[in-house]
Order: sequence, then structure tokens, then C-alpha cells
Amino acid sequence: MADFYFNLPLWFRLLVQGFAVIMVVFPIAGFCSLAERKVSAWIQGRPGPNRALPVFIAWVPVLGPFLQRLGIFHFMADGGKMLFKEDSLPGHVNKFYFILAPIVAMMPALTTVTTVPFGAYLDAAGQVIPLGLARVDIGLLAVFAVSSLGVYSLILAGWASNSKYPFLGGVRASAQLISYELAMTLSVVPVFLWINSPGMPGTMSLARAVEFQSLPGFFGGAWFIFIMPVAALIFLVSLFAETNRHPFDMAEGEADLVGGFHTEYGAFKWGLFFVAEYAHMLIGSGVFTLLFLGGWNPLPWVTLAQFAALLHVAQLPLVVGLLSIGIFLGKVIALIFFFMWVRWTVPRFRYDQVMKLGWQKLLPLAIANLIAYAIGIAVIQK
Amino acid sequence: MAVIPLERKPLSFAERTYLPAIASGLKTTLKHLFAPNITMEYPEQRPAIPPGYRGVPTLVKDPHGREKCVSCQLCEFVCPPKAIRITPGEIPADAPERAHVEKGPQAFDIDMLRCIYCGLCQEVCPEEAIFLQNQYSMTGYTREEMVNHKDRLYELGGTLPDEHFKWDKKLDAEKHGNAH
Repeated sequence: MADFYFNLPLWFRLLVQGFAVIMVVFPIAGFCSLAERKVSAWIQGRPGPNRALPVFIAWVPVLGPFLQRLGIFHFMADGGKMLFKEDSLPGHVNKFYFILAPIVAMMPALTTVTTVPFGAYLDAAGQVIPLGLARVDIGLLAVFAVSSLGVYSLILAGWASNSKYPFLGGVRASAQLISYELAMTLSVVPVFLWINSPGMPGTMSLARAVEFQSLPGFFGGAWFIFIMPVAALIFLVSLFAETNRHPFDMAEGEADLVGGFHTEYGAFKWGLFFVAEYAHMLIGSGVFTLLFLGGWNPLPWVTLAQFAALLHVAQLPLVVGLLSIGIFLGKVIALIFFFMWVRWTVPRFRYDQVMKLGWQKLLPLAIANLIAYAIGIAVIQK
Repeated sequence: MAVIPLERKPLSFAERTYLPAIASGLKTTLKHLFAPNITMEYPEQRPAIPPGYRGVPTLVKDPHGREKCVSCQLCEFVCPPKAIRITPGEIPADAPERAHVEKGPQAFDIDMLRCIYCGLCQEVCPEEAIFLQNQYSMTGYTREEMVNHKDRLYELGGTLPDEHFKWDKKLDAEKHGNAH
């Protein structure tokens, strides 16, 4: 079957892969919005959405009501509502950029997915081969480069809305994203200093980072979150800021900015912004998982290869592949839950606090962390 | 009152990083995540109505199923928003044992779009015929639907226990020659 696939024309394969990305990221991102509602409800002591029930599921005796209570079908109801409600276009906006903004929001979100490896399988020689749509060696660099384009959508949306509060939201979003980009990028440099030993071909590949967390020995098998906790913390905090999540959601702070950059948006255009936001969260969590949480390794000091051997499935690439994707997705979803959990724990920062934290705390800390690890790694790898 | 000067200690390093505070906050929210819900799922679950609740005003009958209202129109006069409208009528000829009551409402309308649920009608009624009972949900699609007519008022009100049977006593007294 693999041979058949690789014999197809390149453009067709790219088309299939592109559709695969959209068909996977869109539902997962949409599902995150349901999870968001449900987790919010549970933390606030409410049952959350639990009414929608398609007729054909209502007939299933126990499962139907259970799924209804879980609110699974609100996901479809929400999506349908977004798709079919009136897509109004306010008269005072710059129409071209107003419509362009949600599209620009989606593009980097869907593009970066291709560069994130999401699983691995063992080939006949027992080598771990990472799974990903585009196996580019610049890995993380591509993620950072493309995903930071997402801020243009917020600026565009804020500016094209031709209205005070969306504009302020766009300005805030751009300032915030630029501030935290620095700390975020600097925080991952120690990881790549560690995995790029002198004399070896240099790489920014995310799969390589996972490979380094699957080595034998105490330090080899340790996830980077144990070896570089400060870097992981800075990366995580910057990730919250980069994805505009609480407590850093200055761009849409509804108390002071009505709805922020998307005040003038509605229906599917508004939905696209949110799918993009959740897709950014997904990719950010994926990168965090790959860099600091051991990627597709089930436990610290237990690699995927050992785990597969333990389950006697090492000879079945398909099973190992699905297993690794499951482990990876499980970690990503746990991180997404963490995002939602933090949302209801930490109150929103004031804008000056956000700037102070970014420039005066995280950036110096990231630089100090980088210098400390650079010296440490130089001593160890000499 | 004595002024107690409070010493504001500078924040420790751990406090300034926010992290311990965030961790304890996460613990609190996690506890709430697993705590039972406090929501009442309304149409299926109904709240328990406390005694003395002032719901929709209704007309009640006495335990023998007889109309209590004598259409004195006190409630109509006292009603602050003028929600009640009564058309007085005669007691029907087919009930001779009730002829001494003299009057009964021919029509009794309460406009629920005007009613403010103040309960003055219940307070003023000399016959204990009008009560604000437990019904709290009153909806309709038209203004017409929101006017409770007499039959609807009796349907909502039902029968309440009566301690006096005032008109029976009056009839007894009249028969024994000492009319009150």
C-alpha cells in the first residue's frame, strides 16, 4: 500500500496530505472549543453543554444519553451554527483586509502542522523513523518562522475593522507576540545546543530532539523538562502569551476591549479565528511535547522502542505508528487541558504587567539560562 | 479604636515568582473540577417552593367545590397595577341553597402582563377566595394568552381547605332566626 501511495504523482500526494491536515486539525481544533466549554463548566461547578442529540444516536440505549451528557454533539451543533448563520460584513470596514484576516490566521496555523512530527515507527532494522508530513531539517525554525506570521492576522483584523477597540486589540496582540517571541526562541536554544554536538551535522529537527530523549542511560533517557526545567518554564509561559491564552489574552480582554481584535467579526470568519487559535495551541503543545516531554516516548526513561518490545508489537510498523501517535496526542491533549485549567486559575494580567514580565523577567532569565547551559554543555561535551 | 500598624513584609523570592501561588490556585481549581455540580437542570429538576411564596394569583374553591368569590371587587380596587377586572353576576338559579350569597363573578380576568405579584388581592379578600400560589412560570405567545380568565383561574387554583364555611354558618343562623 505504501508503494502504491509513493507511486502517485507528487501534486496528488501533496493534495492528499493537505486535505489530511485540514481534516485532522479542523476537527481537533473544533473539538478543543467543546473541551474548553466543558472543562470551564466543570471547574465552575456546572454540567456544561449537554443537550444536543442527533436522532440516530438517541436510539442507542446507554451510549446515546451518555454521549449527550458529555456534550459531544454540541461540537457539530456549534460548527453548523458557525457555518450557516448570517455572515455579516459591517459597512465601515476595509472589506478586502477584513475578509483576508481570518484566512491569514488559518494559513500559518495549518502550515506549521506539516513540520511537526507526530509519531514514529520502527523499521526492519529497529530504527525509529519519525512520522511527519514534511521532514524538513529546519524543523523548529520553520515552526517559529511561520507561526509568528499568525500575528499579522490579528493586526490586519484590528486595523481593517476600522473601529477603536479592535484596533487597540490588534496593537496589543502585536506588541505582546513580539515581546514573547524573543524569550520563547532563546529558551529553546539550550535544547539545540545540547543535541548538536560539535563535529556532527547541525540540525534544528524536532525529531532529533526526541531522539536525544530516547538515549540509554540516566541523562540520555531523561526528558528535557528534567534537564532544563527553567527553559521549559520559560517556553511554556511564552507559549501561553504567544497563543493569546489566559492569563495573557490581552488581545481580546473583554473587560477593557469589548471583544478585542474580533469585535466586528461574526459567524464563520469569527470561527476561523478560533480554530486558528486552537490550532496554534495544538502546535505549541506539540512542540513543547517534542522538546521537553519526550515526544512519543511513553514515560521518562522508557523509549518507544522498549515499550513496543514490551508489548511484542515491534515488528508491526502500523501498530507502533498508531501507538506512538496515540502517546503523542495524549500528551498534547493533556497540555491543552492544562491550558484550560490555567485559564480558570490565573486572573488576566494588566497590560503593563504583561510587558514587564516579558521584557524584564522572562527575557533576562532566558538569556541567563542560555549562558549557564552554554557553559555547562561546553564543559560536558568538550 | 486603637490603630494597629501592620508590618508589610517584602515578598520573598518564591512569592515574587508567582509560581507557588499559581500552583496552589491550580490545586483549588482541580478540586472544583471534581466537585459535584451545583447547577439545577431546570426544566427537568424544579426548585422546591418555600411556604409563603407569591406566585401567579389564582381563584380557589372551597372543599365542597363551591365558588368562594362573591365579586365584591375589593381586589379589583386594591390592585396597584389594575390587573384585575371583575364583571359581577348573579348566583345561578339552579343553586337555591346558595341564593343568600347573592353575587358571584360572571367574569374574572387577571392580566398577567400587568400583575406585579404584590399579593394585595390575597390580603384584601374577605372571602379567602384569591391566593398567590406556587406557580412561578407564566408564558404565552400572545397578549391574549397572558390574560387568565375565570375558568383558567379556578383550574390553576384548585381547592384549598376552609376553616370557616362562612356562608353555611350564615344560612344556619338565618334558619334559626338570629340572623347574625
